[in-house]
Amino acid sequence: MKLVSAIIKPFKLDDVRDALTGVGVSGLTVSEVKGFGRQKGQTEIYRGAEYLVSFLPKVKIEIVVDDMQVERAVEAIQKAAHTGKIGDGKIFVTGVEQAVRIRTGESGSNAL
Amino acid sequence: MFGALRAALLAAATVVAVVLSTSAVWAADKSPIDTGDTAWLLVATALVLMMNIPGLSLFYAGMVRKKNVLATAVQAFAVAALVTVLWLAVGYSLAFTHGGSLNAVIGGLSRLFGVGLRGSVHPLARTVPENVFLMYQATFAIITPAIIAGAFAERMKFSAMMWFMGLWLVFVYVPVAHWIWGGGFLGDAGVLDFAGGLVVHLNAGIAGLVCALVLGKREGYGHEYMAPHNLVLTLIGTSLLWVGWFGFNAGSALSSGELAGYAMLNTHVSAAVAALTWMAIEWASRGKPSVLGVLSGAVAGLGTITPAAGYVEPWAAMLIGLVAGAVCYWSSVVLKNQLGYDDSLDVFGVHGVSGIVGPILVGVFATRAVNDVGHGSAVGLVDGHAGQILSQLYGVLAVAAFSAVATWVLLKIIDGAIGLRVTREEETEGLDTVLHGERIQ
Repeated sequence: MKLVSAIIKPFKLDDVRDALTGVGVSGLTVSEVKGFGRQKGQTEIYRGAEYLVSFLPKVKIEIVVDDMQVERAVEAIQKAAHTGKIGDGKIFVTGVEQAVRIRTGESGSNAL
Repeated sequence: MFGALRAALLAAATVVAVVLSTSAVWAADKSPIDTGDTAWLLVATALVLMMNIPGLSLFYAGMVRKKNVLATAVQAFAVAALVTVLWLAVGYSLAFTHGGSLNAVIGGLSRLFGVGLRGSVHPLARTVPENVFLMYQATFAIITPAIIAGAFAERMKFSAMMWFMGLWLVFVYVPVAHWIWGGGFLGDAGVLDFAGGLVVHLNAGIAGLVCALVLGKREGYGHEYMAPHNLVLTLIGTSLLWVGWFGFNAGSALSSGELAGYAMLNTHVSAAVAALTWMAIEWASRGKPSVLGVLSGAVAGLGTITPAAGYVEPWAAMLIGLVAGAVCYWSSVVLKNQLGYDDSLDVFGVHGVSGIVGPILVGVFATRAVNDVGHGSAVGLVDGHAGQILSQLYGVLAVAAFSAVATWVLLKIIDGAIGLRVTREEETEGLDTVLHGERIQ
């Protein structure tokens, strides 16, 4: 099993969700996060007072999938979240040792 | 023979004329209450109070950081209650009654606590019961000190704020209102101020600048993030100010009719032109038309037209709005940052500067075609009377100098007695919890 975490632009969330559903991913977790990368920050100006806001709002999605599904899921996210401009985000894949479905007690791939 | 007859006829005519004019004066003194005028003043009073609560309250509350929103919003509200009491007790009488031998500088004591109002009218508003006039003027007395609060936002102790507001009302607002409107030396010198460019905006704007200088900058000013926490509140507040300003300016006609109509039209036009002007300059020079910019422009236009609203033609109101938007943009965005003082919400940049520009432009654009205050003679430069500009400058200098010195003295006294500022630690935590034990979630 793998954990796929993706930091994406907030307005791309629905596209990514549709794409993941299309490749058979049955659930995901979403958080609103802030951060910076190559996009740096934004400047806000209030009556001449300039503030450099270095952390921009992003959406982080997390899914756990079977090893066989990983490649398709990553590809789906990459395509759906792509705009071609800086700030599109990143995808990270890490290993997962165990998963348990709380309601039934099922574990491993059956819990996904 | 004919000469004697002519002389007799002339004498008779003179007597008739004197009798007629005497009876005209008598009629004016005893003129009945006009229900239309009274109704409009009652409505205008409510509108001006609405400018302050919730208008000014929201206008300022939206511009501060979230940890100070309650402490900022409550200032205008608490000032409304405090000034109401002081105004009825001493303020109105000292500002608007005859002060005998001291009348050039201060009024009298004949209306302390509102005694003697029954059946009376004030000479400035002969068709309206004096109790309505007192109440209308109370709303002006409320909003003027409340405007100052924007200059020391986010760092003044509530106790010091209340002491300052009460003392400032009695020792600064009241005399200045008397000098210009209540029969004092500036009104006698021919200084024109229709609805309070000098009495309200310059007076509060200069006091705000002195407050910003005496209290010093907020902790972290210039490098910490201090952006407005919710400009929707500021937009709602500005909208209430704009609508309420019809009561402020058109109400200052103290009657319902063509003059009030001119004042309302001019007020509206100036606000619109100034909002567009600020927007255009900001868009061109910074790349984006900011929300705070268009709101600030409208307030600048409203403040600047205030002394002129009932003296100028609508085309002049458009020019006044244009100047207001450009000059107040410069003072709030460029000048403040160059000088480096922390006037948190631009009380001087918007109100103070509009209180300088507006009264001077009265000297330029005031015309007898709109308001025949000179009884047939030229009023402003457009009528051919350039001297009015000098009278207006005299008014600006007198009010600015007095407001600056008196405000400084009051602040120093309060600072010595109880201290003006919260501690650094309290300021960092936020005034809502520290001063009021409450906060918004």
